[in-house]
Amino acid sequence: MEKKATRESYGAALAALGEKYDFYVLDADLAAATKTSMFAKKFPERFFDCGIAEGNMISTAAGIAAAGKSVFASSFAMFAAGRAFEQIRNSIGYPHLNVKIGATHAGITVGEDGATHQCNEDIALMRTIPGMVILNPADDVEATAAVEAALLYEGPVYLRFGRYAVPIINGEGYKFEIGKGVTLREGKDVTLVATGLMVHLALEAAEMLEKEGISARVLNIHTIKPLDDALLIKAAKETGAIVTAEEHSVIGGLGSAVAETTSAVCPVPVLRVGVEDTYGRSGTVPALLEAYGLTAKSIYEKAKAALALKK
Amino acid sequence: MQERKVDSVMDKETLLALEQTALRIRRGIIEGVYNARCGHPGGSLSIADIMAYLYTKELRIDPKNPKDENRDRFVLSKGHTAPALYAALAERGYFDVEELKTLRKIDSRLQGHPDMKHIPGVDMTTGSLGLGISAACGMALVGKTENKDFRVYTIVGDGESEEGQVWEAAMFAAHYKLSNLCAIIDFNGLQIDGTVQEVMNPTPHDKKLEAFGWNVIVIDGHSFEEIEAAFAKAKACTDRPTAIIAKTVKGKGVSFMENQVGWHGKAPNEEEYKLAMQELN
Repeated sequence: MEKKATRESYGAALAALGEKYDFYVLDADLAAATKTSMFAKKFPERFFDCGIAEGNMISTAAGIAAAGKSVFASSFAMFAAGRAFEQIRNSIGYPHLNVKIGATHAGITVGEDGATHQCNEDIALMRTIPGMVILNPADDVEATAAVEAALLYEGPVYLRFGRYAVPIINGEGYKFEIGKGVTLREGKDVTLVATGLMVHLALEAAEMLEKEGISARVLNIHTIKPLDDALLIKAAKETGAIVTAEEHSVIGGLGSAVAETTSAVCPVPVLRVGVEDTYGRSGTVPALLEAYGLTAKSIYEKAKAALALKK
Repeated sequence: MQERKVDSVMDKETLLALEQTALRIRRGIIEGVYNARCGHPGGSLSIADIMAYLYTKELRIDPKNPKDENRDRFVLSKGHTAPALYAALAERGYFDVEELKTLRKIDSRLQGHPDMKHIPGVDMTTGSLGLGISAACGMALVGKTENKDFRVYTIVGDGESEEGQVWEAAMFAAHYKLSNLCAIIDFNGLQIDGTVQEVMNPTPHDKKLEAFGWNVIVIDGHSFEEIEAAFAKAKACTDRPTAIIAKTVKGKGVSFMENQVGWHGKAPNEEEYKLAMQELN
């Protein structure tokens, strides 16, 4: 299966959209890594490097939006959502300004750079900001579509991209809609709810379960906020058990969001696959995914556990 | 550094009108803070003269068209001195002066810190120190990139300049040669815990900003003639952003509040309110 890192999709999408739409792109000395360099090369007059000063970049983006221009501000997830959390909250979120935050190198798949750069907390941070839209695309096709959808949406959006090449699972006719989850596979015994690079692993886990006669539904939740409540509640009612999977802390991310939503309407077991309450470390990406349990096997095992809890 | 000298002599009529405007702004500040039973009078009063000049003489704005894309922008980076901004906006006709009495009350749009979504004439939401000057940079960048002739003004507190982000913004503004940006440093010398020198000395602002690549002008922030001359010099400078370091008195205009740290964030009681309003008549 063809693979591509969603940060590459981000850079390519910005460069392509730059032909059609008038917007600015900011970066904080990471353009070569976030891939905004692809936009910078084509549209140097609309690209502004802010240097290694993420707080200023985010508040500057707010001023650009307040002056009427759409703008993407880019850095690694750790320095966008982490370093500049308060700037995002107060300069962008509270006045609901039209700024898109393109956060790359999210999660554990940063790899060898290790714990200081592996941001497993950004979704949790961004979820607490009222009015923030959070998009976490699963592959190249979805990431490309998400960038355009974010640009056309009026208001703050946090886009989460990865450094590591992931399989392209969506086809050409794929339709992306903010806030609408995608049913990738029907099933009646358990629902696997995945986001980002865990989506293709959830599909693998469903195959493993099928071999044992277990019918697993697979949902791709690319929009963490606003969450597709209806789709999730339907899944809870129809399958009676849920496993969530995300390349993020098990605290405050997709798993938390799904549990919060379903427990209020249709309480069913919700088991979470994600980075447990711990920091990452250096290593190759395959070794890290294995070490932190971000695998199809983990999803499969949690699904069996969820089934056992089912009444 | 440019010499501190007065280029223009203001005619008596203009000067008198400005003084009257500043007095009304100061009364508006006291009225708001007194009715709210809390707020920040000291740093509001220190910028009252600058606000009077900005909102009657300097800013190219129209209260009937507060979102005009070619308007000059103003960002109160030291957002806690919102009472001065609200009083200036009311003075300029963005809303009724009576509304100042609703400051900080539940259901009032006059939030404790400026809220661009709900108050006409407020160009940027501020309150968290250090963020406003960056937003002003973003606005100036758009003006420059799109060849618009609007200017962007921001007031930064001297205490506020202890925030690292102020210096990130200072670097950015000079790097992109934002000559359409004018930052006024309200140098009143006091912050919550004491004098700025005692708490965390951010001086010398003039040498630091010059080293960052800014055009720096030092003035008496209570002299309308010096304020006018400084804004003229700022507009004449076309290759760098301008910083006007305005030496001011915290609490200016109300004798018992002047140069008193305690009046940074405290409302006057009834007796103090009456006395203050008397002095500002």
